[in-house]
Amino acid sequence: MIEIKDIKKTYKTGDVEFQALGGVSFTIADGEFVAIMGPSGSGKSTLMHILGALDNPTSGTYFLDGKDVSTFSDDELADIRKDKIGFVFQSFNLLPRTTVLRNVVLPLIYEGVDPKEREERAKKSLLLAGLDEGHFLNLSNQLSGGQIQRVAIARALVNNPSLILADEPTGNLDSKTSEIVLGTFQKLNKELGRTIILITHEQDIAEHADRILFIKDGLLTEDRTTHIKRVVKHI
Amino acid sequence: MKNSDLLHETYSALSANKARSGLTMLGIIIGIASVIAMTAIGQGAQNSVSASIQSIGANLLLVMPGAARSFGGPSAGRGGALSLTVGDADAIASQVSNITGVVREVSSRKQVISTGANTNTNIIGTEASYLPVRNVAVDEGTFISDQNVANGDKVAVLGPTTRDDLFGVGTTGVVGQKIRISGMEYSVIGITVAKGGSGFSNADDTIYIPYTTAQRYLSGNKYLSEIDVQATSSDASTQAQNDITSLLLTRHNISDPTKADFNVLNEASIIATASSVTGTFTTLLAAVAGISLLVGGIGIMNMMLTTVTERTREIGLRKAIGAKKKDINKQFLVEAIMLTFIGGFVGVILGWLISFGVTYLGILQASVSVSSIILAFSVSALIGIIFGYYPARRAAQLSPIDALRYE
Repeated sequence: MIEIKDIKKTYKTGDVEFQALGGVSFTIADGEFVAIMGPSGSGKSTLMHILGALDNPTSGTYFLDGKDVSTFSDDELADIRKDKIGFVFQSFNLLPRTTVLRNVVLPLIYEGVDPKEREERAKKSLLLAGLDEGHFLNLSNQLSGGQIQRVAIARALVNNPSLILADEPTGNLDSKTSEIVLGTFQKLNKELGRTIILITHEQDIAEHADRILFIKDGLLTEDRTTHIKRVVKHI
Repeated sequence: MKNSDLLHETYSALSANKARSGLTMLGIIIGIASVIAMTAIGQGAQNSVSASIQSIGANLLLVMPGAARSFGGPSAGRGGALSLTVGDADAIASQVSNITGVVREVSSRKQVISTGANTNTNIIGTEASYLPVRNVAVDEGTFISDQNVANGDKVAVLGPTTRDDLFGVGTTGVVGQKIRISGMEYSVIGITVAKGGSGFSNADDTIYIPYTTAQRYLSGNKYLSEIDVQATSSDASTQAQNDITSLLLTRHNISDPTKADFNVLNEASIIATASSVTGTFTTLLAAVAGISLLVGGIGIMNMMLTTVTERTREIGLRKAIGAKKKDINKQFLVEAIMLTFIGGFVGVILGWLISFGVTYLGILQASVSVSSIILAFSVSALIGIIFGYYPARRAAQLSPIDALRYE
């Protein structure tokens, strides 16, 4: 359960103040698949940083599973990210020259999970994300873009998070691979009930979610369910 | 994060860029190796200097006559005075404690003639206790006995070099032959074991005769040219030196110690002086080596800073998936420490090999001390901590957002 109330974020560089978010409020229930849409410079990245517990808002409250994380310290935020949030980035951010399995295991290493258990969990996540077992021991730089993003999704999934945050996950992929990745998100949402927030600036990508939040100039301008949801047929 | 995972992360990070890790380590390796080798060589030099001083006899005190003084007249130079008597030596032997031996000596330089050869050499008139006190051994025949001294026998013990000069190199059966010193005939009763030259005097180019004989036929007076005293230990030698000084001052009726007509040289203090000289050199060598270690450390810092910049996105990702500041800090610090520690390990081995090589080639008996190895290890780990701290801190302080955005 995500509850955001009147979130504001102001950046200060020297004497110049810039308000990236001017008071945003919304609620996302467990198991929802929501897209946050907006043009570049709209404040959606700032919102994503706050939702992802990467940054504190200047004012407002952010309740994640009943806890107000808006005033948490850096280390407390790190714990929230470790336990409750899984990230999927546009630029994948896998460790280079490292096996697929090791990449997925990484969040569990910081959690201190035993090697045997974390390997099992990582394999399960990879299968859920749709990667064949044959690729598990490949190095991350030997994979295709679609495969890399599936590894990243598996990594986001492995700590069993309350929320998966995908920041332009298809930005570096061709349209066919994008479909596969979006299909994976839909499957995780539908079959496993995962809460997924998809951040994008493209309408047709956003339409893969059930609900779309439009952000413009730091404000929430529209909050509606998707008119015609684009459902990816599974291969 | 578990320690085993930390080591795994460190290993993969360092092995990802083997050439750079290796070159950075090389700086530490050279630094540590030179510290080890230089201190080993310095220590070896110190040992060899004290060993060569010790070879003239351990814990030795040399009592020499002072300068002969006549009021207002010219000084005859130190050692020229006729001030030491057999009575002085007897008094030292009976009244000074913590000594194991007293040797009376009357030395001079004379022309020596054998059948068909002659040489000019050092003649030492002495007695039986010379052997243990001055660390001399007899190779062939016997040394001067107390009986020879009491009788004033005209017997001579030759050093091996003098034997070679008078009878030909390596000649055996010299014992029993006759030589002439200042026109007097002496029978050769023994040959000493070769000792090698030490300092300015060559113990091998010497003829030993009873000191009573030397007084009667060579110096023509009742004085001694030197009294050697052996102390029981190097610690006791200073006390013995003071006792001898005050005893002789009393015997010679001298109240002002600065006007003493004799000198007591303490071998321990000579060794201490020599050691302090070689010690200074060791420190100097170690300091120069230490500078190269410092440069190696700066190399580590340089590499770690480059690594942090290169891996900014990775740091961002690690933070995004839950790594705390201290996790990142630890990871980079351990990387730096690992570099210096492996470098230190290889450096110790290399330094040991260099010391071994120096010893093997016979340049010097280098001695690697355990303390220098422990020191080198702790210094290298310390360098890792010091020079790894700043880059690691910088990595830990990166904001995850900025780090993820970094291109």
